Amino acid sequence: MVDENVTESTYRIKGETGEWEVVIGLEVHAQVTSNAKLFSGAATAFGAEPNTQVSLVDAAMPGMLPVPNRECIRQAVRTGMAIEAQINKWSRFDRKNYFYADLPQGYQISQLYHPLVGEGSLTIEEDEKAGIPEPKRIGIERIHVEQDAGKLMHDQHPTMSYVDLNRSGVALMEIVSRPDMRSPAEAGAYVRKLRSILRYVGSCDGNMEEGSMRADVNVSVRRPGDEFGTRTETKNVNSVRFVMAVIEGEAKRQVELIEGGGSVVQETRLYDPDRNETRSMRSKEDAHDYRYFPDPDLLPLELDDAFLAECRESLPELPDAKRARYLGEGISAYNADVLTAEVEAARWFDTLLEAGAKPVAAANWVTSELFGALNRLGRDISDSPVSPVQAAELLGLVADGTISGTIAKQVFEKMLETGDGAAAIVDREGLKQTSDTGAIEAEIAKVLAANEDKVAQYKGGKEALFGFFVGQTMKAMQGKANPQVVNELLKKALG
Amino acid sequence: MTDLTNLTVAAIRDGHRAGDFSAVEVAEAFNANVAGAKALNAFIVETPEHALAAAKQADADRSAGTLKPLSGVPIGMKDLFATNGVQTTAASHMLEGFVPRYESTVSQKLWDAGCGMLGKLNLDQFAMGSSNETSYFGNVISPWKRNDGGNAALAPGGSSGGSSSAIAARLCPAATGTDTGGSIRQPAAFVGISGIKPTYGRCSRWGIVAFASSLDQAGPMARDVRDCAIMLENMAGFDPKDATSLNMAVPNWEAALSSDLKGKRVGIPKEYRLEGIDPEIDAMWDAGIAMLKDAGAEVVEISLPHTKYALPTYYIIAPAEASSNLARYDGVRYGLRDLPDGAGLQDMYAATRADGFGPEVKRRIMIGTYVLSAGFYDAYYTQAQKVRTLIARDFEAAFGVCDVILAPTAPSAAFGLGEKMADPLAMYLNDVFAVPASLAGLPAMSVPAALNREGLPLGLQIIGKAFDEQGVLNAGLAIEERAGFNARAEKWW
Repeated sequence: MVDENVTESTYRIKGETGEWEVVIGLEVHAQVTSNAKLFSGAATAFGAEPNTQVSLVDAAMPGMLPVPNRECIRQAVRTGMAIEAQINKWSRFDRKNYFYADLPQGYQISQLYHPLVGEGSLTIEEDEKAGIPEPKRIGIERIHVEQDAGKLMHDQHPTMSYVDLNRSGVALMEIVSRPDMRSPAEAGAYVRKLRSILRYVGSCDGNMEEGSMRADVNVSVRRPGDEFGTRTETKNVNSVRFVMAVIEGEAKRQVELIEGGGSVVQETRLYDPDRNETRSMRSKEDAHDYRYFPDPDLLPLELDDAFLAECRESLPELPDAKRARYLGEGISAYNADVLTAEVEAARWFDTLLEAGAKPVAAANWVTSELFGALNRLGRDISDSPVSPVQAAELLGLVADGTISGTIAKQVFEKMLETGDGAAAIVDREGLKQTSDTGAIEAEIAKVLAANEDKVAQYKGGKEALFGFFVGQTMKAMQGKANPQVVNELLKKALG
Repeated sequence: MTDLTNLTVAAIRDGHRAGDFSAVEVAEAFNANVAGAKALNAFIVETPEHALAAAKQADADRSAGTLKPLSGVPIGMKDLFATNGVQTTAASHMLEGFVPRYESTVSQKLWDAGCGMLGKLNLDQFAMGSSNETSYFGNVISPWKRNDGGNAALAPGGSSGGSSSAIAARLCPAATGTDTGGSIRQPAAFVGISGIKPTYGRCSRWGIVAFASSLDQAGPMARDVRDCAIMLENMAGFDPKDATSLNMAVPNWEAALSSDLKGKRVGIPKEYRLEGIDPEIDAMWDAGIAMLKDAGAEVVEISLPHTKYALPTYYIIAPAEASSNLARYDGVRYGLRDLPDGAGLQDMYAATRADGFGPEVKRRIMIGTYVLSAGFYDAYYTQAQKVRTLIARDFEAAFGVCDVILAPTAPSAAFGLGEKMADPLAMYLNDVFAVPASLAGLPAMSVPAALNREGLPLGLQIIGKAFDEQGVLNAGLAIEERAGFNARAEKWW
């Protein structure tokens, strides 16, 4: 199975016998943002006391029955729409049967045979430095919804394990990619892009540390152009960095294995972040027989057109569309990437534009001044001390020539400190820039008189000194002179 | 006082309403009968205090003019329904001592309607069985005896054998049952009472210990058709907690009861004429046909060509679902836990399930696990689902030419306890007439029609169109009126 659409990556593992290509597919489990679990009314908040968010259904008490939660289905459908996927109006839940102490029913309700969402895709952006020379489309085979299991706690008792069922029954979307990625960087970009889309849609908070999003990483190696090799699957990898590390390490391990005369065994592996290595969990031979069959407690899920229309209408502008809009407004590709990556930043920026800020200047200011300040303060954009409306006021003062860019930086600092508005600060501190030609001419005269040698050099052809005179004049004017007027008057004075 | 226990549900309801007796008198009479019938082993738990409390409330409600539909009627509750604060075992060692903190939807509806509970009725373990012999708490014994002078203990049928035995012995006027492949109809037939399995989805499954989810359906068992209609009205109804529940209004079945079958057509499925069946069964069937003709119905022969595949199909689908439904009994959260010294998780599972499940339950879990396993799934489970669809289509086609179908309920009268336990296949054959309607999710009831030459009751089965419980009840009533079945077991217990 070779997908013709996949662009060539130059990423290679250099083995003893030549170069190897890596083939990567990812199954991302994303927890659906919902106040209630997939088949019960129990709450889903992270970090609650063990076994406080457990309904009779979640604990699989005798006679309890699952009832699908419409909001979880809606979020999965919206996610499918965001990756331009086929939405299956008829889907069905299956039981995946196995015994484990964190699985109260003795089966997980999932969707094997008829998933909710079919074929779709997302596009990762070009990133020369990371070896992604052009945007690349990554196929997504399906998204199905399923229940999460509970959690075993092994550190509560010397000889026994405790079970926390808070997560039991929480809705997950399993988002299964095609084996379309060819380097750790592509896989990293895929996870970041997917996370970004999920957060735009609002279907998953994308919080990998809290386990809201985790990936099963499928890796195989082959000679470039050959058929796919045997793959291994590393389970439950919970950061972009770890995903990339798993691929790198696992590809190397496979190459060494093959070149050493061995062969890769299809198996499930676990990643140990402390030692940065994977180890075997179980091979295909020990694989469970999950005895999937349609869940007889649930009717097939049938979606009507009105429901689908509501899902579609409720979708926000997505990262790709937003990025294209920014580029169309003259914003640089770099800034457009930075501004669209995180939904909170994009929303903040859009509010700034709505408040009247000019796109290019606003983009430059947000990516440099605002992000710099937030970084310094250790704050997220969602709790920025300066609001988009306040920022628009500041940028407006620059745009209409009331203050210079240099003064704007000072004003911004004051805004961060005091929370006051830009105009109020400018007024209070007397920072309004002046176009008073008399005052400026007087200062220019002083500057030129004090620097006769440089005036001579300038007139001798060293035109670069012009900037020096501007700087000196601005300094003498305490930054408040209109730079354009300064330029004009200086040119006149220097003849 | 004993005559109060001879009253039907309707008579208790109406007599209490009219002030002929108090609900407390009724409850005490039935409590006394229950207490005096240990030999039948019909109850796993007796709850006289529950029945009395409801009776006192009923009497108070009568004084206050706030009577409910079933005020003053004490009933038996099959021990498959979760009852808040009362042990619920599914007749298994696995759930021995398990006391739910929740009430099944169906039982709650009955309490809300004014019923009191006389106790939790014995059954086949996890409702798996046709004779009540798989109960962990010992088999129920039928109040009936053969007229051969022998004293053989007879099976009350199963799985709702506690329900059937208790009603026949006047320990309760009505009881809940559940029917997965005949578990209401066959025991009703064995003891000469009536029972109806409504359309799949009529009664909520919430709070009923699951056997096979796509087949399980609760229904009432009582002495006559009217009582079944009254009970069913108070058990049925949409329940948002059960995703397979029917979102339809509950008809007033009792009010619309009519034995006038003019203009109705009754289908007689030729495939139900089995080679080598007891001629008395066929004779009863023919008598039933005559009764329905007498009630004004036209009789037509119909064909249900996939009937012979029904039993094998049932014994793939039901165990498959059971093998998964019973996985939750693992010793981790509730019920039995068998944790040998030094045991790990797998050892605990093995020990708990080995000890907690009886042989028949284990057999079905193993069959179900097998038919769902990789490599066999398509040959068994997928194939069985296809046949199930064909069986449902058979009925659809048949209901193009008839309104109800008449057939025997079971291929024989009650057999002796122990007679069939050694041969599971012979036991499974008991459900040959009952299983097709279960697979198709159709309403079906059994009404007593005759005594055989051994003096044991035989039942006739009426199968109706989906949602047409009324048609089933009406045909049942026509038979009841004409069969004039009023035999009862002589008290020996």
